[in-house]
Parts: sequence; structure tokens; C-alpha cells
Amino acid sequence: MTPSNPTYQYVGKSVLRNEGRNKVTGRAVYVDDIATPGALYAKTIRSTVACGRIKDIQFGPGIPWDEFTVVDVRDIPHNVVELIKADQPVLCDGVVRHREEPILLIAHPDKGMVENAAREIKITYEVEPAILEIGPGAVQTEYLIVEGDVDAAFASSDIVFEETYQTGSQEHVYIEPNGFIAEWQGDRIVLHGSLQCPYYVVKAVKMCFGIEEKQVEVIQETTGGGFGGKEEFPNVVALHAALLAKKSGKPVRLIYDRQEDMACSTKRHPSVSRVKIGVSRDGVLKALDFDFQIDAGAYVTLSPVVLSRGVLHAGGCYRWPAARIRGRSFTTNSPPYGAFRGFGAPQSLFATECAINAVADRLGMDPAEFRRKNFLHKGDKMPTGQVLDVEPNLDAMLDRVIAMSGWAEKRASMKKGSGRGVGLATILHGTGFTGSGEVYLQSRVALAGRADGKVDILVGSTEIGQGTETIFRQIAAEALRLPMEQVEFHKIRTSAVPNSGPTVASRTCSVVGRLVQRAAEQMFEKLDGKSVAEYVKANGSLRTETQFEPRPGLKWDDATYKGSAYGAYSWMCNVAEVQVDPVTATPKVETIFATVDIGTLINPTLAYGQVEGGVAQAVGWATSEKVTLRDGVMANCQMTNYIIPTSVDAPDIQLEFMPTPDPFGAFGAKGVGEMPMDGPAPAVTAAIGHAINKTISAIPATPEDLIS
Amino acid sequence: MRTNLADYECLTPGSVREALEQRATGRKLIPIAGGTDVMVWMNDGHLGKVGKVYQSLHALAGEWRYVKTDTEGNLRIGALATYSDVRHHEDVKKNYPMLVHSAQVTGAIQIQNRGTLAGNIANGSPAADTVPALMVYDAKLRLVNASGERVVELSEFFTGYRANVLKEEELISEIILPKPRFAADQQYYRKVGTREAQAISKVVFAGANDGKGNVRMAWGSVAPITLRSKKTEDAVAAGAAADDAWAILQTEITPIDDIRSTRDYRLKVSQRILADFLGKVHQ
Repeated sequence: MTPSNPTYQYVGKSVLRNEGRNKVTGRAVYVDDIATPGALYAKTIRSTVACGRIKDIQFGPGIPWDEFTVVDVRDIPHNVVELIKADQPVLCDGVVRHREEPILLIAHPDKGMVENAAREIKITYEVEPAILEIGPGAVQTEYLIVEGDVDAAFASSDIVFEETYQTGSQEHVYIEPNGFIAEWQGDRIVLHGSLQCPYYVVKAVKMCFGIEEKQVEVIQETTGGGFGGKEEFPNVVALHAALLAKKSGKPVRLIYDRQEDMACSTKRHPSVSRVKIGVSRDGVLKALDFDFQIDAGAYVTLSPVVLSRGVLHAGGCYRWPAARIRGRSFTTNSPPYGAFRGFGAPQSLFATECAINAVADRLGMDPAEFRRKNFLHKGDKMPTGQVLDVEPNLDAMLDRVIAMSGWAEKRASMKKGSGRGVGLATILHGTGFTGSGEVYLQSRVALAGRADGKVDILVGSTEIGQGTETIFRQIAAEALRLPMEQVEFHKIRTSAVPNSGPTVASRTCSVVGRLVQRAAEQMFEKLDGKSVAEYVKANGSLRTETQFEPRPGLKWDDATYKGSAYGAYSWMCNVAEVQVDPVTATPKVETIFATVDIGTLINPTLAYGQVEGGVAQAVGWATSEKVTLRDGVMANCQMTNYIIPTSVDAPDIQLEFMPTPDPFGAFGAKGVGEMPMDGPAPAVTAAIGHAINKTISAIPATPEDLIS
Repeated sequence: MRTNLADYECLTPGSVREALEQRATGRKLIPIAGGTDVMVWMNDGHLGKVGKVYQSLHALAGEWRYVKTDTEGNLRIGALATYSDVRHHEDVKKNYPMLVHSAQVTGAIQIQNRGTLAGNIANGSPAADTVPALMVYDAKLRLVNASGERVVELSEFFTGYRANVLKEEELISEIILPKPRFAADQQYYRKVGTREAQAISKVVFAGANDGKGNVRMAWGSVAPITLRSKKTEDAVAAGAAADDAWAILQTEITPIDDIRSTRDYRLKVSQRILADFLGKVHQ
């Protein structure tokens, strides 16, 4: 089913991807494709211990060091990677807090020489004991949400269930590793990069060098995927390239190879969740006590926000008369974990959904019926006190996914332990930043008319493979009543576009798209029947600009963590069908069935792509994508040994969209990018558990784990 | 790429004769056939651990790229025949189904179009997917040097982890498979990879029974080399039950924990594969 409004010209139509032709024909220019005559090739020299102090650095013999540019900590004006907390140095300050921590930067015109030189730098350390797991280290951030009388609610429950769940890390495996080219033009720096958030880079560079915003130009080149991995991490790469360019006076190319990228860059936060659920004998949820813990790694980076989203999603799509949700992030000696599709929600929802399935099992109830009794409805209060102001339509979505998947027949026919199983998970995902987060961002968007009659979309929101260029053109053309060919999206240069906020949090289509829609509507009114060319000729210019405005009545209090966490929620019901091989214990996820509410589909093909891609990524996280940590860093940092699903491994994915449009999202759109990451993992582990008659409480559930 | 290519030398002989003459000079020359392993070393910066001077066999394709059945009914696979050449060859499809299967599950199409079976053997990875199948078919290798040649059994070629009987002056010129002897339903090949495609084996097995007392079983990824479990073969040929065969097999395989799997998993899967194999071939 592909819903679309017949009155729209472009919205709801699967128009071709704006940049698609260049990508499939190989014409798209990625940062490593850019020719830079006279540039230096750069490499980062990294720590080989997880914790300790640098004792000595030796530059070995046989290398013409005088030909090299070498940057160390003394060359950095302000040694901080600017983000939430100023704790992460640009280069190690003498104290090593994780393996693969950058210590030196070297550059030379000959790339081969750089590789040889890197091998000849010997660093010795005074090694100290490292903390490599959640628990013993310092608590970085803590949240506590309490709603209702939790202890009394447990006391009045017939059954109290308790279990601990664990989720492993996950590597993004964007198709293009991180990379930047930096060049100083006088006192102004130009950075070409592969990135999600150009204005994050502007801020980091500005702060590190102590320069004005106008002295920093960030250009987003064609970016081969992000999944959150190019949200904050590119700041580090950009700073390193900029430092070498400053010292050498030459353009500098700092392009990671896959192994370096996998070993040193951010990944999904590993988590441990202790879940306690009180329920009545007839299957009504009474109380939730959820202790959510994540490994933050050595520095704060974005962990407080990841923790926040995990905490805010821990209650899932259920009505809890009483709930206590505690979240803590712990400092360890791993490289900092960072943004990754779902941003904490997949971790907490994995535990919630596993626990809901286990409680249904304990009650002897069909997990679908158990959910139906406890779904959130309009008017219900969530753990933050947010009262749902729209009906989530979960009953209909569940009915439909049950029918699509043949849930009842399969559950009846597949005996526990038979090697085949089905599992269920139903989840929600908040669109955009939290209430206060979007207000803080104050995102801005502009549209500019040109003398040739075309309109430029001016945003800092990036195309990272998800379709930003295409959907923004659809939205603007629709509201302007112009042919799409008249509306253009250009390569992002921060000097030319306003800051429309980071390209994260499933906010681009819904939240920023809404700003594009409003700017286009304002321009349509301004034109008042004139063509763009006529208006520009008559008035010299044509420009409209919009800024984020919070939806009326939405309140969020960061101090108490109470209020409306998100303005809108997307919803998804997932059924997984799995077969476990009797010889190898390998789980094969055969099919994921899902009903999906992301509001209006601006571009159905792109929406399917987002959901299918997210499902495949979630199935990988659940079954095969094991980040093997040694000394806190990824040891299997190769495509050969980090096992993402191939097209042969990925399940058949059967989707149906059941939209309830959000009046405050672009043409009714809600968040789409992250939600598909939330549900498949617990559905898959439930199905595996059914197939082998065992409880799965940790992912990835690899054949090695399942065979015993 | 973590390699400074300027540090390395690559010879490019135009003929087999020239290649063997170069090898006869006593220099250590690392032969490049398809180059699919060399590219990995180049990328990882490990080229130096393998050798400094390379010898491209590219121009020898005219002499050594073939798959054919000789007048005696033996299959001959030239050293530069690729996985794709082998898996699509009519004689191979008809007579050596496990070879087709094992070539199909090796790497991606790009690898299959470049990589050679001889290169796979010479590289000596215990996880090589085609080697167990070749061993079960009693493959022999023709090794040539500037002054002559010798033929060795593939099952006696490997002497240790990535070590073999090939001398510096020698190259593998062809792989010889005797006339087929196993009925199609008495052959069993199983690759247990880290995923369903483009995967490296965690356990790989080939087995066959000719019903006349000849049982062949070869294992990869469970020892430093790909090996035939000859004691287990003999026991099975003498009618041993699965449990007894397993007890013997455990004295022959020595799996380890590594980045891709665990010793425990490999043992359990080997035991199950053995039982599955014995259940599927008649004894």
C-alpha cells in the first residue's frame, strides 16, 4: 500500500533521487576523489595502550623527518574538541585514555613515505590499569524519571519479573570512510569533508583555533553514508587536517582507510539494562523499574544525549501506572562511543521488548494479546508525564502485522525448539530532538529566488544517502506550486546556507522539511501570482527565511526530566520469522513483517529504502555484527571479520505503511530514519528463543552463543 | 593502502620458461597469480612480511590457463585457471560437484574472476574453501622448475601453517584430479562461514564414500593446515559409528579460538557435520 494524496503534485510521489544518477554512474565526487595538486598526505599516530602516560616518543632512523610536517599537542591553540563537554583533547595531552587515541599527526607529499614513517615512530608508555566494562568506572551522566508510586505498584502486582539484558556495540560501516581535505586561504580555512553536520565542524574549528565563524568554510562533499557515524566524529578529522594544513601551509588530505576508521571512530554504545516489571495475573502492566546503563567510552562526546533518548524510550509503547527509569553512562577506556541510528533507543527498547515477551510467556499469554491490553492510547500518560494527544493506532497496526505474517498459525504450528520460530516487537520513536533540544537548536532555513526563475533551497541539512535533496525539492516545489526542475539543492557550503541544525535524530524530513515548506509557502504568498523571474527582476531579490517554532502547548523541563519529550512519535510493529540451522546453530532471519507509521510518506521509494535499510542493519546488530573488543577497541576492524548482512543474508522485508500524519511535520511527515533500528532485534531474539526453546537476553546472538 | 609500493619489486616474465629461469637464480620471488591475497597484504601493509620481490605470472595465462580432461580421463586444471573457469566448466560440473560448490562459495564474483585454485593452494590458508574438495578428489599437484618436474599429493603438500613442500625455484603448474569415482549422492560439501556469502570459513568440510571401502574426509579451519582425517576415514570405512568416529576425529583436528569463531564452536560443528555426513552416505 502506498498512500498518497491525489491533490499533491510531488508529495507522496516516488520521484527519482536527485543525486542518484551521479552515484550509480560513478560520477559523484567523494572527498578522496578530489584532486589537490601540491597537497600533503596525512596520517594519525595513535596510542597502542588503553590507559597510561606517554613516557617517550622516538622518531626512528631512515626517515627524512625534515621533509615531514609533524603536529603535536604544542601546535594546538586550544586543545579541545568542542561538543557538549570540553573534555576531549584534539591530540592526547600526555595522558592516554583509550587505545587508538590520536597523539601525533604527520604529513608528506608522498603517501607511501607517510606509511613508512608511521611505522618508525616509537612511543613508550607507563601503562595503567584500564576500565573496559560498564560498572567500575565513574558515572558521567545520570537521569531519573519517576511517575506514580512505583513501590506500591510493585507491591500490588501479582507477578514481578526481573531480567538483565545486554546489547553489544555496532559499527556503522558507512560505505565511505571518514575523510577531510583542509586548506588555509590566508586566515580563512576551507574544509572539504564527508559529514552529516557541517555546523558542528564550523564550531569545533572556530573554538580550537580561536577564530571567527566567518573564517571557517565547511563544504560537504558527496557523503557515502553516515548512520550517525558522521555526526560528531568528523570534528576530530577536520581539526587534525586543519592543524596539519596550518603548520605546513599546504593543502592536507586526511582520508582514513577502513581499518583505521573502524578501529578509532565512534560506534553504538554497549548497554546493560536491568528491567523489573510488575503485572496483574490477567496481564495488565502495573509497574516498571528500569535501570539503563551505557558504556560511554573515554570522553563525554554525545553520550548524555544518547543516554537521554534511551531513557525516554525505555517505557516503550505501553501504559505504566507507575514507572521509575534510571539511566547512567559510565566512563571507560574505550574510544568514545557515539551517535548511531536510534541513538540509545534501540538499546533500551531491546530490553523493554524482550521483557514484555518474557512476561507474556510467564503469563501464558500470546504476546500480541498481552500488548493489546497495555498499548498507549490517546490521553494516556507516559513515564515523563507526557499525555499523548493523538491516538497511536497501535491496535490496527498490530492486527495488520499479525494478519500479514500469519502470526497465529505460525505460533501454533512451530513447536518450541523445532528450529523455527516467530517473534514480535512493537515500538515507538520520537521525532527530532527533545522538546527543549529543538528550541535550543533554533534551526533556520531559507529559500532564494534567482533571476533565471529558479529557486535555491538553502539549508545545512545534508544528503547522506537518505534523500534530503530529493524530499526538500519535492516539499518546496509542492508548496511553491512550481515544477520540481525549478527548485534546486546545491552542495552545502556553510558560508552560503543558514544553520538548519544537524542531520540527525530523524528530524530532517519532518522538522527541517516543515521549515522548507513554510519558507516555500511564504515565498508563494510573496510572489502573489508573479513568476520568480518577474519578481526578482522587479525587486532585485527574492528570499524567505523561516525559523523553528515549538508546537503550541509543548513543554519540557530539562531539570526534572518531565514534560513532553518529543513533539511527535512514529510507531512500528515487527514480526520476525527465523530458522536456526540444526548443524551450525546459525539463525537465519527469513522475513521481517512490519507495519509502519511515519506519518505522510513524502517519497514512498525513499521511505521504503529507509525502513528496509534500518531493518537489515538491526538484524545484523541482533545476529552477526559482533564488535570484538580487545583493550577496549575493535579487533575485528575489517569488512572480512565484521559481519554485516549481505543481500543473501538480509531477510525478506514485507512492509505496510499506515500513516497518521502529524500536523506539525512537513506535509504531515514524522521521523523515519531511526525507528526501523528499534524493533527487529527483540523480534528476532524472541523468534530465535522460540526456535531453540531458550531465552535470549543478549545480542548479538551469534551461532557461537547459540550452539551450547 | 598501507604499503609504500616503491619499496617493492615485481618481475613480469613473458613465458613459463622465463619465469622458471628467474626462479632458478636463487632469489626469493613471491608468485602472483590472481593477486587476490597480495592485494589484501598491500592494503593491510603486510606485504613486507611476505617478501620484497614479486613475480607476476599474468603473461603465462596462454600456457597455464586451462581446464581440460586428458585422454586418461583425469581432469587437469592449469595453475592460472580461475574459480570462474573451474565452476563453469562442463566436465567439472558433470564429474566434480564439490569443486563447483566450493568455488561458488569462495569470495565474491570479482574474486572468482581473478583468483586461481593454484594460488589458493600455494597461499596455504587453512580456511581455503576449495582445498578440502580437491583433497577428497585425491588431487595431485605438478610442481615444475627450470630443469624438471615432480608430482605430489595435495594431501601431503602442506607441512604446517602456511608452509608447504614447494621449493623457491618451483611453481605449481597444474592440479590433476583422477577420474571421478564417487556417486553424486555420496559426496558431501559444507562450508560454515561467518555469513551466507562473501565469508571466510569457520569450518569447511568435504567428504565422499565410493561404497568400496574408500572414504575421504577433508577439513579446513580446524587445524593449522587443511587436512584429511585419515584415521577417521579408515574407521568409517571399517564401519565405525558416529560416536566412535568422532572420538577418533578429535585426535586429528586441533581447532583454535580466533577472530572469527571459537575452538568450542568448531568442535561442536565438526561433530555435527561428521554425524550429518555419515547419515547421508551409505556405509
